[in-house]
Amino acid sequence: MTLPWIPLLTFLGVFVPALAIRGGRTVCALATATAPAVALGLVLFFYLGHDGDEVMRTSLQWLPAMGLELAFRLDGLSLLFLLLILGIGLLIILYTRYYLSEQDSMSRFYAFLMLFMTAMVGIVTSDNLLLLWGFWELTSISSFLLISFWSHETTARKGARMAMTVTGAGGLALLAGIMLIGKVVGTYDMGTVLESHDLITASPLYPAIIVLVLLGAFTKSAQFPFHFWLPHAMAAPTPVSAYLHSATMVKAGIFLMLRLHPALSGTELWTVIVTLTGLVTMVYGAWFAFLKTDLKGILAFSTISHLGLITSLLGLGNSQAMIAALFHIINHALFKASLFMAAGIIDHEAGTRDVRKLGGLYRLMPITTVLTCIATVSMAGLPPLNGFISKEMFFTEALASQQFGGLAWIVPLLAGLGGLLSVAYSLRLAYATFFRRPRQEPPKTPHEPPWPMRFPVELLVALCIIVGLVPTLPQSPILEDAVRATVSGEMPEFHLALWHGINPALLLSMAVIAGGIVLHLLHRHMMRFNRQFKPQDARYIFEGFVQRLVALCQRLIDRLENGSLQRYMFLLMAVSVLAMALGLADLDMLAGSLGQQALDPIVILGAALLIMGGVLTAALHRYRLISLLMLSVVGLVVALTFARFSAPDLALTQLSVEVVTMILLMLALFFLPQKTPKESSGARVVRDVLIATGFGGAVASLNFAVLTRDLNSISNFFIDQSVPGGGGHNVVNVILVDFRGFDTLGEITVLAIAGLAIFKLLNRLRLFMPATDMEGRLWSNDRHPTLLMVVSQTLLPLALLVSFFIFLRGHNQPGGGFIAGLITAVALILLYMSRGVEWAQQRLDFQFQPIAIAGVALSTFTGLCSWLFGYPFLTSTFDHFHLPLIGDIELASALIFDGGIYLAVVGATLMILANLGKLTTAHRPNKDMP
Amino acid sequence: MQHLPIFPVLLPLVTAIILLRKREGVDPVRRTISITATALLVVVGFWLVSRVAGGETLVYRLGNWQAPYGIVLVADRLSAMMVLVTALLALGSVIHASGGEDNQGSNFHGLFHLQLMGINGAFLTGDLFNLFVFFEVLLLASYALLMHGGGKSRVQAGVHYVVLNLAGSSLFLIALGVLYGSIGTLNMADMAERVSQLPAERQGLVRAGALLLLVVFGLKAAILPLYFWLPRAYSSAPAPIAALFSIMTKVGIYAIFRVYTLIFGAQADGLSNLAQPWLWWGGLATLAMATIAVLAARDLRMQIAYFMLISIGTLLCGLAMDSTASRGAMLFYLLHTTLINGGLFLLADLIADQRGKVGTRIVRSRKFKYATLFSALYMIGAMASAGLPPLSGALAKAWLMSTATLSEGLWLWPLLLLSSLAGVVAASRAGSTVFWRYSNGDRVSERLSRGKLVGTVLLLSAAPLLIVLAGPIGGYTQATAEQIADTGQYRSAVLGDVTSVTPGASADAD
Repeated sequence: MTLPWIPLLTFLGVFVPALAIRGGRTVCALATATAPAVALGLVLFFYLGHDGDEVMRTSLQWLPAMGLELAFRLDGLSLLFLLLILGIGLLIILYTRYYLSEQDSMSRFYAFLMLFMTAMVGIVTSDNLLLLWGFWELTSISSFLLISFWSHETTARKGARMAMTVTGAGGLALLAGIMLIGKVVGTYDMGTVLESHDLITASPLYPAIIVLVLLGAFTKSAQFPFHFWLPHAMAAPTPVSAYLHSATMVKAGIFLMLRLHPALSGTELWTVIVTLTGLVTMVYGAWFAFLKTDLKGILAFSTISHLGLITSLLGLGNSQAMIAALFHIINHALFKASLFMAAGIIDHEAGTRDVRKLGGLYRLMPITTVLTCIATVSMAGLPPLNGFISKEMFFTEALASQQFGGLAWIVPLLAGLGGLLSVAYSLRLAYATFFRRPRQEPPKTPHEPPWPMRFPVELLVALCIIVGLVPTLPQSPILEDAVRATVSGEMPEFHLALWHGINPALLLSMAVIAGGIVLHLLHRHMMRFNRQFKPQDARYIFEGFVQRLVALCQRLIDRLENGSLQRYMFLLMAVSVLAMALGLADLDMLAGSLGQQALDPIVILGAALLIMGGVLTAALHRYRLISLLMLSVVGLVVALTFARFSAPDLALTQLSVEVVTMILLMLALFFLPQKTPKESSGARVVRDVLIATGFGGAVASLNFAVLTRDLNSISNFFIDQSVPGGGGHNVVNVILVDFRGFDTLGEITVLAIAGLAIFKLLNRLRLFMPATDMEGRLWSNDRHPTLLMVVSQTLLPLALLVSFFIFLRGHNQPGGGFIAGLITAVALILLYMSRGVEWAQQRLDFQFQPIAIAGVALSTFTGLCSWLFGYPFLTSTFDHFHLPLIGDIELASALIFDGGIYLAVVGATLMILANLGKLTTAHRPNKDMP
Repeated sequence: MQHLPIFPVLLPLVTAIILLRKREGVDPVRRTISITATALLVVVGFWLVSRVAGGETLVYRLGNWQAPYGIVLVADRLSAMMVLVTALLALGSVIHASGGEDNQGSNFHGLFHLQLMGINGAFLTGDLFNLFVFFEVLLLASYALLMHGGGKSRVQAGVHYVVLNLAGSSLFLIALGVLYGSIGTLNMADMAERVSQLPAERQGLVRAGALLLLVVFGLKAAILPLYFWLPRAYSSAPAPIAALFSIMTKVGIYAIFRVYTLIFGAQADGLSNLAQPWLWWGGLATLAMATIAVLAARDLRMQIAYFMLISIGTLLCGLAMDSTASRGAMLFYLLHTTLINGGLFLLADLIADQRGKVGTRIVRSRKFKYATLFSALYMIGAMASAGLPPLSGALAKAWLMSTATLSEGLWLWPLLLLSSLAGVVAASRAGSTVFWRYSNGDRVSERLSRGKLVGTVLLLSAAPLLIVLAGPIGGYTQATAEQIADTGQYRSAVLGDVTSVTPGASADAD
């Protein structure tokens, strides 16, 4: 249960700097270093205290449904990487303390750095592929944060975005690869996956897995052609470059290939892709390193080149090659991290990293010069340093490779070429920086840095020398255990030494060194040759590509989402017609088994009126008033239809709804623009007629099909239960207030909301008030015709009486709260119209919102009362009472519920009306109101 | 407590009644009532979840009428989960709104609670017509809230929103008419029973009704080609409303999930799984379109709206995959995306407050205070939306991906991964422009509303929390998916041993 502590410690370290920064920069650095130091101690403690060949593993359940476990392992491979990550991490923390200026936020930098360290530690210790992927993407994110640390610089922002995009995309490919592995193996557990080599390689998905996983690895490890982000990541502060972009993050891709080596390698596909990519990257990177003039640029391309070297070794894949790869990982981390830090020191002290402006620094910075030169010699692969040994091993493997048959010579050729170039750029780096006569003065006069800043470089360079002289030192146990974790089968014999006697590798090495020196001497000519090519800056290419892509997307979306309601409506209608048509096509025949009723002339007349009304409403839509009148014809015929087919409640409701909506629409008409937009084009009309016909046809067909089929519905229950269960003879009303009272409660809420919504809409709206009607006639001066005034005022008490009557009889005969409310509303509306809003408002001194809400409240609380009796919400009760004189009357709780409906309808309707009307009066909001 | 299932409907209704008694502006009392009631709703949500977590299905018979005749509310794991996530989202939104947005117009808090009532009712009801009613409640309330604060863009977007959705309501009614006319009941459990014994001559009718219903739900959920109203409506809505809207599309998703697994599930022989192919291809197309759109967004709010659209495509695909495993993952994803998207909308408002005239457009602005804080929050939200670890989106997406079969994965994986990549590109571009690029001029320093910040952080904290609690939450969603698969349990809970199918019905099946 102790392994999770390692990533947890570094994760806790994320929060330390923010707390410790108050104590000063040195305290902050020390405090930050605590977590990785303890973690390093733990790692060594675990590893040394652990014996046997068994791999240390810990797992906690996390999301079992997905197969995700919080599982960690500690084997030789993890150990090697952990030592690099935590060890170099500690040195970087020390170095950063002196590197960052006062203006930079040290705590933020350290927090990001620790986040990154957590991600790396997570990658190398994960024992579950999905977990590994999580940490993998986290490195992309933390690297984004670190590269963009100086976010005010455009190079930093662009470099960070590019790195994030490329490595993030690779990570997503990796996820797809992991998904496929999961499909093949059936688990994401690392141990099982590593033992499933035969299963995976035999699967038809194997090529896809390889390609996806390698996409992840190659983007992360900057392999050609995905290398381009790495040089631009150098916009980051130098500690980041030293740590992420040479020693650790870029090695995550290498780590992945090593980790999955037992499961995925050993096939021709693997060898061809990995080896060739590696070799090409190696030569490509080395060539550009040779041409670069920026110190960090040289180192970046050199890193690409060395990563290519390691990759190609992994491609060759035999155990000796794996040893060489692992050994070179250590060596590269040692010399490259120290070189980056040295470059940072030079930049820091001289104010520039451009080798054209540097030169002769050996006099001013002798110690740094010595240190850098030793590391450079190691990078070039010259004896007696560690870089030489691993390069010799690489050459040996390259010369011995058999994988490419007749083309086998290509491997040593490319390897030799890469080696030659690396000698050349190393020489150039050292010569141009330290020994060449300076052509111009650097911006600052350099001097030696403070000792603690140089200390990490000294330590790493010392290790370079020690490993070079005593190469057996890291062999046991670090290298051996790491090899054991990556190579399945027997542990190969190996012996690391500087001197292997005269052999082909040594001869190649000598030739390469000689060639490199010659090439260095020809540097000026090479630069001239290179000038023929147009300089390509990946940043502009990449950024340009993204911008073109974005512009393309914008054009497409602008064209689709053109903001046309007509288009969106057309789509909705078209999809609906399709849906209905698919169902209709499924019917054997449209007519069902029920016979058709005989047609009578009145029905035919009604239908003709209905059709005429509908068609004219659409056809005359430019003449709004007439169109509206036609619409009211439709409404009236519908009401009559209800009456004809014995639904008096519906007829009454439809009629009163019709009246109210017509009046409100008339009011709204007043505000519509005087000019109607021009007629749609012919094609548009055809389209719309077609879709309308299709829709109408489909609905009519459905209707016909439903009505001609026998149905066994639940409606009989309502008819049977209306009197005994609901206490009312009017089934419709009992359904409304009792059986489905909950629906009604919802609907009156809707009505109240509609009132509130219209208030909200109109409250802020300033509308143009036309002085004339559409034909240009002025409005009548007689705003309140006497006749209408008299009639409406006389009608009001009568209407109120009628509505009360209709309300009371509702439970047993056609009527009810809804209709009663509408009748009251119509009467009040009439009053408003005849006397004007102001007059009415003065006399009806109440607000309508509280009325509507009171209605909803009354219905709700009636429903809640049933809780007191232990029944569910809205349970009704009724009883018969005997009153003297009047006789037997029935009282139902549903009546109170109905009262709520009445109030809500009146309130909401008048709220709408009053607000529409208010727009025409002095109360209309003016510009000054918010 | 036998009344528990109706609490999520009645609590907001009563709160709204109290808040709407008088039309007045906002005062501290109203804010307190509103926030307290929403917090209570969270408590109710947790209570409900804990009651049903064991697998029990709570049935509440309104008016004490036996289903299928009366209306029932049904709280199973799915409904309870949806109610809880709504309440959490609402809490963040209402706290944010109390930071000042609620003062921009009338009746904000009352309408907000009516909207909650509509949403909760839709999640709990066991009756298709009642679902329609609650759709109306939430449609009208959302329209009113969309108008809150006024302004040309809101009115314009509101017209599109309300016209299309009213058309959708009409279609809903037509579909209900067809379904009632061919099945004879609208209680969902009863419909499921009856559909399994449907005479062949009515099968086409039911199919027409069911597909029309799918169009309606698809419009609500915003599936291609019916999503066009969404980006503008959501990006112009006031922030707390936009945040709350992130559950509205999920109402559509929920309705699809419920109706097409329960009524047209495996028992519906000829009609089973009739929605799945439409959902699958529609979902993939939505996902592809949203991926393109998220790259094209010129405004932060638009970008967030398209992030939401990506999630809708993903959810639809998850629904269509039709296995218990993918449904469990899909529900986990739903929790994540609802909360995170809501939080992002709230955050966009905070950012707009600070940037003055530029608002949320993705262009450089004057230097502003709190840029670091907001950039950190934006990064969390955007990473979670795009699906990058270590936040909830990555886990949810990866889980959903892992449940796809190979042939499904062939379509889903590339699209889902590309949408993640597009999200990363879009978010990193937008973030670096908004937070890191300054034009010259003095630093703007607007006051930071604490309420707004608290609401935002509350919702965005889902990103790490869903990761930490992935085990129990994922277990719950998985159990939910298993419960959904067992439709018999739902039916027997609602109907008991009552069946409305009379011998006559089976007679005409012969």
